[in-house]
Amino acid sequence: MNTPPSTPPDIHSEEFLRMLMRRQLRLSITCAVTFFVALFGLPLANYFAPEFMATRVFGFTLTWLIIGVLFFPFVWIISFAFIKRSIALEEDEVRSVQSPTTREERQP
Amino acid sequence: MNIDPWILAFSAITVLATVGMGFWSAKKSKTASDFFVAGRSVGVGMNASAISGEYLSAASFMGVAGMVMSSGYDALWYPVCYACGYLFLLLFIAGPLRRFGAYTIPDFAEGRFDSPLFRKIAVIFVLFIGFFYTMPQMKGAGTTLAYIFPGLPYWVGVVLVGAVITLNVALGGMKGITFVQAFQYWAKMFAISVPIFVLMSLYGHYGNHLQANLVKEHSGIISSGDTSTSLEKAAELNRKPLPEKSPADSIWLNPFGPLTTKAVDTAIKAAPDDARKAVLQTQRRPYSLLYTYSLIIALVCGTAGLPHILVRFYTNPDGVAAKRTTMWVMILIGVFYVFPPVFGVMGRNLMPELYNGLTGVKGTDGVVLNLPVILSERYGVWGSILSGITCAGAFAAFMSTFSGLLVSMTGALAHDVYGRILRPRSTADERMRMFKVCAVLCGAGAIVLGFLVEGFEINKMVGWAFAIAATSYFPLLFLATWWRGITMKGAATGMLVGGTFSLLAIASTMFADQAKWAVGLKTYYAAHPLLRILAEQPAIWGLPLAMVLMIVISKLTAKEIPADIRMKMLVLHAPEKLGLKQEYIQEHQQGH
Repeated sequence: MNTPPSTPPDIHSEEFLRMLMRRQLRLSITCAVTFFVALFGLPLANYFAPEFMATRVFGFTLTWLIIGVLFFPFVWIISFAFIKRSIALEEDEVRSVQSPTTREERQP
Repeated sequence: MNIDPWILAFSAITVLATVGMGFWSAKKSKTASDFFVAGRSVGVGMNASAISGEYLSAASFMGVAGMVMSSGYDALWYPVCYACGYLFLLLFIAGPLRRFGAYTIPDFAEGRFDSPLFRKIAVIFVLFIGFFYTMPQMKGAGTTLAYIFPGLPYWVGVVLVGAVITLNVALGGMKGITFVQAFQYWAKMFAISVPIFVLMSLYGHYGNHLQANLVKEHSGIISSGDTSTSLEKAAELNRKPLPEKSPADSIWLNPFGPLTTKAVDTAIKAAPDDARKAVLQTQRRPYSLLYTYSLIIALVCGTAGLPHILVRFYTNPDGVAAKRTTMWVMILIGVFYVFPPVFGVMGRNLMPELYNGLTGVKGTDGVVLNLPVILSERYGVWGSILSGITCAGAFAAFMSTFSGLLVSMTGALAHDVYGRILRPRSTADERMRMFKVCAVLCGAGAIVLGFLVEGFEINKMVGWAFAIAATSYFPLLFLATWWRGITMKGAATGMLVGGTFSLLAIASTMFADQAKWAVGLKTYYAAHPLLRILAEQPAIWGLPLAMVLMIVISKLTAKEIPADIRMKMLVLHAPEKLGLKQEYIQEHQQGH
C-alpha cells in the first residue's frame, strides 16, 4: 500500500459502504447465478432428457463432452468477465471518492 | 524384487529436486513474514502455479482417474467441482480476505469478531481439517512407494515423504515451499499430459475410446451413435474384454451410475419382498440425483473453505492480485483436470484387468501408474520411461499438497497458538524459531496418522475433508465477509454444529461399512437408503443448517456485533487505494 490519498470523510459514511457492498455483491451474484444455472442444470438435463444427453458428439456422449471438457472454459469465461468488471468497479469507486463532482451527484 | 530402473530414476529425481530446491530457497527466507506469508510479495504467475501445485493432490493425480475407471460418468463431478470451487472463492471470498490482511484464517476470525476465543475455535478447525486432508496424502505416499519397490512395507513411504517435506517446511517456511510447489505443478502437468498424448496417438483418441463403450438398449436409453462405425472403431482399438467385476457399459457411460445408486442398490438386495423392491426401484434415480447434488455442493463449497488453500491468498501483494491469481489457478487446474479422466477411459479399454485388482494401486487407483506400461509390448523401454514420468508426478502430487498442509498447520500452531495465545509478547525471531519446532511436531503427527489409514480409500478421505470444510469454514467466511450482522456466538455455533454433525454422519457410514460392532447400523442404512445417502454426503443439509444457525443466533445476540463493524466492512470491501487498512491498523495500534 503506497501513499494514502487524501480521503474525504465521506468514505466512512453508511451510504458509501452500502453502495460499495451492494455493487460488488450484485456483480458476484450475477456471475454465481450464471454458474449455478449450468452446474445444477446439467444433472437435471441428465435426469429429464437422458436420450438427448447421450447423443454422440465426436465419440463422446453430449453430457460427457460438456462436463469433461467444455465446462472448464465456461468457468474461465465467467471468471475473466468477473475480474474485468470488478477491477473496473474498484477504479470507479476510487475515482468517485476523489472527485468532488461525482460525490455531489451521489448524495443529492 | 524387480525394480524398474526408469521408474526409480524419475521418482528419485523428483524427490532430490524437491529437497535441493528446498535448501536453495531456504536461504532466501529470513524474516517471520517470509515464513508465514512469504513476505506478501509472491507474483501472480508464481502464486497461481504454487496454489495449483498445492491443490492437485494424490486424490487428483491418481484418485480421479481410478474413480472414473471404476464408477464412470458420476466420478467426473470430482474434477469439475474441484476446479469450479475456485470460482466461488473468487466471487465471494478471495478479494475481501486478502484486503483484511491477516496472517492466518484464525487471525481473520479473531480480527473480524474481536474475539480471542473465536481464534481458538478456528485454530482447532484448521488443525482438524488439515490432519484429515493429510492422511490421504500419506496413504498415497506409502502405497506409491510400495508400488515402485515391490515388497517394501507401507510405512517406509510414509516416513520418507513425511521427513523430506518436514525438512523443507522447517527450513524455508511459506517462502521456501512456494517455489517448490510452483515447480511441482509443472512437473505434474507434464507427467499427466505427455503420457496421455503419447498413448492417444498410438491407441486412439479420447472420443474414440468413449465411443467404444457402446450403449445398446438398456433402461430406455439408446445410443444415437452410428452403430456400425462405432463397432468398427471399437474393434480397431483392440478393446480387451471386460472382467465380470467391472460395471457394464451402459451403467458406466451414463449418469446416475454405481457411485450414486449404490445406497439404493444395497437396499434392493436387502429388501424383504418384491413389493418393497419395486418401490425402491422407482426411488433409484431421484435419490441418485439427490446424491449428485449433495456431492456437488460439498466439493464446490469445500474448495472455498479449505484453510491451506485460503492461507495462500495472504501471500498476494493485494486484493486485485488475489483475484487475478484465482483466475489463473482455475485455468491451470482446469487444463490439468481434463487429463485424469482420459486415463480412466483408456484404462477401461486397454487394461481392464485392473478391475480385478484389490483396492489401492494394484486396482483401478493405480491406472495412472500402470497404464503407460502397455507401451512396453510394442515399444520396449518407452513404456517404463512414461510410467516413470507418471510415478514422478504422483510423488510431486502428495509432496506438494502435504507441504502446503504442513505450512498451514504449522502456521496455526506457531502464529496463533504460540504467538497469540500462549506468549503474545514473543518477538518475531522467537516465533520464527517456534515455526521450525512446530513444523517438526506437525510432520511427526502426520507420519503417525499416516500409519493408521492404510485401509481407507484416498478419494473418500479427501471427500470427508471437503464435506467438513463446506459445512464449517465456508459458511463462516461467506457470512463474515458479506453480512455485518453476524456475531461471534452465531458464527461459532453454526460452524461447530455444522462441522461436527457432518463429521458424525460421515463417520457413521464408515463404521457401518467397516466396523463389526456396527452391524445394526449397517442393516438400518440398508433399509433406509435415503438416510444413508444423506449421511454419506452431508453437505446438502449441513451447509443450510450451519447458515441458518449462524443467522438465527446472530439475530438473538445482535447486541454483540463489534462496535467498529462499519470500519471492518470498509476494510474488507473498499479498494486498497483508499488506504483504509492503514487507518484501521492505527486505530487498533497493533500492526504486525
